Amino acid sequence: MSTTPEATGRDAGALLGSCPLPRLNYKEIVLAHGSGGKLSQRLMQEVVLPQFRNALLEPLHDGALFSVGEERLAFSTDSYVVSPIFFPGGDIGKLAVHGTVNDLAMCGAKPLHLSVGFILEEGLPMDDFKRVVASMREAADAAGVTLVTGDTKVVDRGKADRIFINTSGIGVVAKGVNIDPKRAKPGDKILLSGEIATHGIAIMSVREGLEFETEIASDSAPLNGLVQAMFATGADINVLRDPTRGGVTSALTEIAQAASVGMILDEARIPIDEAVKGACEILGLDPLYVANEGKLLAVVPGESADAVLAAMRAHPFGRAAAIIGEVTSDHAGFVLMRTRIGGSRVVDMLSGEQLPRIC
Amino acid sequence: MKYLDEYRDQEVAEKIVADIRRTVTRPWVLMEVCGGQTHTIVKYGIDHLLPKEIELVHGPGCPVCVTSLEMIDKAHAIAQKPGVIFCSFGDMLRVPGSEFDLLVLKSRGADVRVVYSPMDCLKIARQNPGKQVVFFAIGFETTAPGNAMAVFQARQQGLTNFSVLVSHVLVPPAMEAILSSPENRVQGFLGPGHVCTVVGYEEYEPIAAKYRVPIVITGFEPIDLLDGVRMTVKQLEAGTHEVQNQYPRVVKREGNKVARELVAKVFEVCDRKWRGVGEIPQSGYRLREEFAAHDAEKIFDVEQMEKAEPSICISGLVLQGVKKPHDCPAFGTLCTPEHPLGATMVSAEGACAAYYAYGRHLEAAAKKELTPA
Amino acid sequence: MCLAVPGLLLEITESPEGVRMGKANFGGIVKQVCLEYTPEVKTGDYVLVHVGFALSKVDEDVAARTYALLAEMKQLDELNDGETELEVPLSALGAKPGVP
Repeated sequence: MSTTPEATGRDAGALLGSCPLPRLNYKEIVLAHGSGGKLSQRLMQEVVLPQFRNALLEPLHDGALFSVGEERLAFSTDSYVVSPIFFPGGDIGKLAVHGTVNDLAMCGAKPLHLSVGFILEEGLPMDDFKRVVASMREAADAAGVTLVTGDTKVVDRGKADRIFINTSGIGVVAKGVNIDPKRAKPGDKILLSGEIATHGIAIMSVREGLEFETEIASDSAPLNGLVQAMFATGADINVLRDPTRGGVTSALTEIAQAASVGMILDEARIPIDEAVKGACEILGLDPLYVANEGKLLAVVPGESADAVLAAMRAHPFGRAAAIIGEVTSDHAGFVLMRTRIGGSRVVDMLSGEQLPRIC
Repeated sequence: MKYLDEYRDQEVAEKIVADIRRTVTRPWVLMEVCGGQTHTIVKYGIDHLLPKEIELVHGPGCPVCVTSLEMIDKAHAIAQKPGVIFCSFGDMLRVPGSEFDLLVLKSRGADVRVVYSPMDCLKIARQNPGKQVVFFAIGFETTAPGNAMAVFQARQQGLTNFSVLVSHVLVPPAMEAILSSPENRVQGFLGPGHVCTVVGYEEYEPIAAKYRVPIVITGFEPIDLLDGVRMTVKQLEAGTHEVQNQYPRVVKREGNKVARELVAKVFEVCDRKWRGVGEIPQSGYRLREEFAAHDAEKIFDVEQMEKAEPSICISGLVLQGVKKPHDCPAFGTLCTPEHPLGATMVSAEGACAAYYAYGRHLEAAAKKELTPA
Repeated sequence: MCLAVPGLLLEITESPEGVRMGKANFGGIVKQVCLEYTPEVKTGDYVLVHVGFALSKVDEDVAARTYALLAEMKQLDELNDGETELEVPLSALGAKPGVP
């Protein structure tokens, strides 16, 4: 990809001239490799891609698109390791179904069928497993998809954190739908379907050491219906992305880099629930980097933005939708934000895990 | 949120900037002491809004960054001991010692837990009577009351399995170290607003008088920072060097008497080594002798370790406001939050980390002149 | 340093160990806070909270007065020739020793 940190010249060797100190390499996987930000990106680029280079993988979008006969299909996979497995507003099973349904929807596909792989830890209470499976059934029904195949493995106590779930899915992309991060172009508007950071804070709030008296429920939801409503306006939507790990800014930075365009966001227009904002304030977290579920970003041509926004607001999962910025030809590869008080800053991808702070 | 949102109002911000523009007639160098203030400045792009005559340099007010390498290595050594539950604020989890950080140790089986408040540790100690609960008590004067209360309550409640590893630092000695340095360029200070809710601001008056610098005790929201700059610049233009209080809604001159009393009961002043700066006399707190039963340094047999920082790191100069993060050749390349080389990148509050988080390493590359709307 | 956030005090209690505690509301999030350092606060007051401790009561009168002074200042383009700008008096901000 032409706008990676390496390619834009932020390379140690070039900077230090005659004495290139070796770049520090990780000898082990660390948690930050899974947080959806820079380290995740690097892991993919340095370790995985070199082994599996092919045209279908190259776009590195949420799912792969390919043709079988006349049909264009989308294929996606996602794994869920969230802890705790039950949290306000959902559970790991519900997330696993929504996750793959949404990955397919973000490709512009109508999701059809899911597979599921369970890795269960010895000692997991049977009732917990039943509860998770029932929740998956409910979520699949609500999303209009069927679970058609699966697999279950059990590992020794201590080798899996209660339950890990992988779901994969297949969907069909209608003619005329052309979702590709590279299609973002100057003049496009950036739309967000609702309030940010809710899911990430819901999970954090039930982690030990950070309990709140107030319950914040995860907003995990299947977005395929919302996406269909957006397509029904006839707009030629360029990009769809669900800002999960790494938050809104990581997702937008990836798109800006892929398309070699710049973006400008308006901080005041980004919706956030008051209680979620309060939680971010006391924990010292920046909501722009907190994981989301049940939310999507869309990059649409300027002239269609209002129509798409109206369609989103008319849908139960898009009530708080807003236009939060636009795409420009300036500062290609970078996302700028106009701050609440009129200043500006460049927003970057998440570097590692965002941890609560006292400073 | 009341008492937060209104201090992020664009119209009021513009008015304050307008007043600063009307007032300033020549270049001035100001330092904001606290990492949290640096954070706000960079996050909201405040320095870009100010007239070019005003240069903001970032101070050493980041207790995480200045915790000495030796202390961090001690923390890691304790965390690895069997039977220990090591508790810490989130900030310290990724601070690298000589070899690891607490997160890596956690992945290798150490029982490391993030807490929001030191009082949470008392609960953990009660629930785990067979384990030793150790809390990494870092911070400036703001955090000392909380840490003191945890120790005091542990003694009151007979919690013999709770101890603290203390690495408190104090602001005034750091300011004096900066002001008495021959390389000092700072002419006015935005003082530490939350520190002063505890200690008040009487102790800043002799500093203002001795070094003839205005010190304006400032809050942490964008309006507060702009107002603090405004008040400092007015003093500089008028040639005065008073201590003023920009943050009177929570700061009183005498501070919080009850808090200071308990802090004095539990802690005493001592010399401390500041990472990136060196030893500053009488610049820290340690537990008093009568609380030795809760002093992790005494309870655990941890060896002293002397380790040198990578020589490319200029964090000492950044902490003293002599250099900016982007003056460092390693900034954003060799030295990033993922693999920090020194003090000011190790925590989210350090100037280098704040600059990095808010995209400053990208600004030159973005080639965009960031001016107000 | 240091992250401290204002919250509305909803309730005052005592922990089983006799420590004065309370619940504060931060924009909808309610969290336990220790009130040992603010013996004077009552429910309905705003408190500034750092690492789970209320360190100070928010003085709402002072906040309103000082904010009003800022909000009344003029914009750059509103200033006419000869007009004096609004000065915030040093005494209002406790600059002189001995002023409470």
